[in-house]
Amino acid sequence: MAPTDEQRADGPKMSRQNAPMAVFISSHKRIGAWLLITAAVVASAAAFAYVGGWLTPGRLTPQRLVNQLQDNAGTFAGFRRNHAKGMCVSGWFDSNGAARAYSVAQVFALGRTPVEGRFAIPGGNPYASDSSVPIRSMALRFTQANGQQWRTGMNSMPVFAVGTPQAFFAQLQAMQPTAATGKPDPAKVAAFYAAHPETGPFRAWAKTAKPSASYATESYWGLDAFVFTDAHGKRQAVRWRMVPEATAADAVAPGAGDADFLASDLGRRLAQGPQRWELQITLANPGDPTNDASKAWPDNRRTIDAGTLVLDRIEPQDSGSCRDINFDPLVLPDGIAGSDDPLLAARSAAYADSYLRRTSEEAHWPGSLPLPEHRP
Amino acid sequence: MISAPKMFVPAARVLHWLLAAMILTMLFVGIGMVASISARHDWLVNLHKPLGIAILLLVIVRVVVRWRNPPPVLPADLPLLQRLAAYASQWLLYFLMLALPLVGWAMLSAGGYPVMLGASLRLPPIFPAGPVGFAVLRHLHTWLALLLFVTFLAHMAAALYHGLIRRDGVLSSMTWRCRARGAAED
Repeated sequence: MAPTDEQRADGPKMSRQNAPMAVFISSHKRIGAWLLITAAVVASAAAFAYVGGWLTPGRLTPQRLVNQLQDNAGTFAGFRRNHAKGMCVSGWFDSNGAARAYSVAQVFALGRTPVEGRFAIPGGNPYASDSSVPIRSMALRFTQANGQQWRTGMNSMPVFAVGTPQAFFAQLQAMQPTAATGKPDPAKVAAFYAAHPETGPFRAWAKTAKPSASYATESYWGLDAFVFTDAHGKRQAVRWRMVPEATAADAVAPGAGDADFLASDLGRRLAQGPQRWELQITLANPGDPTNDASKAWPDNRRTIDAGTLVLDRIEPQDSGSCRDINFDPLVLPDGIAGSDDPLLAARSAAYADSYLRRTSEEAHWPGSLPLPEHRP
Repeated sequence: MISAPKMFVPAARVLHWLLAAMILTMLFVGIGMVASISARHDWLVNLHKPLGIAILLLVIVRVVVRWRNPPPVLPADLPLLQRLAAYASQWLLYFLMLALPLVGWAMLSAGGYPVMLGASLRLPPIFPAGPVGFAVLRHLHTWLALLLFVTFLAHMAAALYHGLIRRDGVLSSMTWRCRARGAAED
């Protein structure tokens, strides 16, 4: 066998008996080997940094989305970065078994499932007036006997303004208050709507919507589409909503100057008795859009009444059981799955980031904001 | 007289390369999913959890295999500093491989999340629910993962150094063909 470079470099000097363990190679091959090793390390680190988003600051990440929410409303330590103002509620769900034909989720079997929830208004400012927005939200966590959970965050409007996280981010940017006026720049808002005709159905709803005097008189729509799976594995696209037993006629007009009337109204109602909503599940026809929450399904779609949500207890959000719940819409039990709606993954990712920020503040984690002394 | 083994036993080698692929995948899945809002996010999260538990189980098997089959000794002429670095990085790798899945599991428990490995398979919580525990474990999960990635880079660089520059059989003791130590004079 012809001697190779490395043998010439080191080989001839050694005998078999006292051979050193290492067989070093010639210096120019050595430089090549070091370059190869360096390249492997740099390439691995660069790939990792790219996947982690460090090399692409323009990419829309959960962190950028939550930063924009903070830019719009201000940053309030310890609070959710959106729907910051609200209160905890709890009760149960009485299933009538009707949805069991479409989903194997235990919550739909005939019987009762405990529920913890939260009512809130949109926006990141926990001190905002209840009349500042016409939208109210209901978030729920159903805990099944088998330990699986169904979490859902719903809003009191039938369609979402936009259908994609990119459009939602653009909307937040357009709505960011300017330093000069403290209000959004009307030109930017107009430009956003002009560029996003999918906001039409939401804007039509918003034109007539008024801030309600009560959480109890509102319907709450899940907005995003989900997929039910029955015992035979058959899939059915659905959307759901909670329809109240109390009607708007029951509402008491809030006193002038009262910014926190929703909490006192709900406390008053619950002192008199539990509040109820019917869970209505709408079944999509083939071809109905499941990937666009800005588009409602036609009114004639089959809707089933799955049971009754009963809420009987209210607690402040800084001490109630809902405080530490992230109402991630993709925490779902067997029998319910997310659809191809792109908002779902974005909500899940952004909620997780908001949850990390506020729990880090609770933990006084280095670098996180100090908690205020008093919280609403 | 029983001479020291020149190679890791086959079970150790299979587990090493299987775990290497799984852990590298896991690190990229983890760093990618927390930076993504696309549909990938959900897909990656649902991969991350069962893959993490699979790694935990395989690392336990790997520890048992290693304990029952002592690894080849390092080359006698390896400088002390490199020898210490080799031992320290291996212990760090084992620690991180075991700690990361456990911290992830505890973190989800502390966050009050059901620890789902699929549509219906749920693990019990291993940590009491609470925001402080969640935040600490969640940050710890990130920092330990970054440390694991850096340790992996060092491990890979050292393996290539042994294989390409020292050619001392350390790399080949973990591959399929044994390169006899100091065999180059044949």
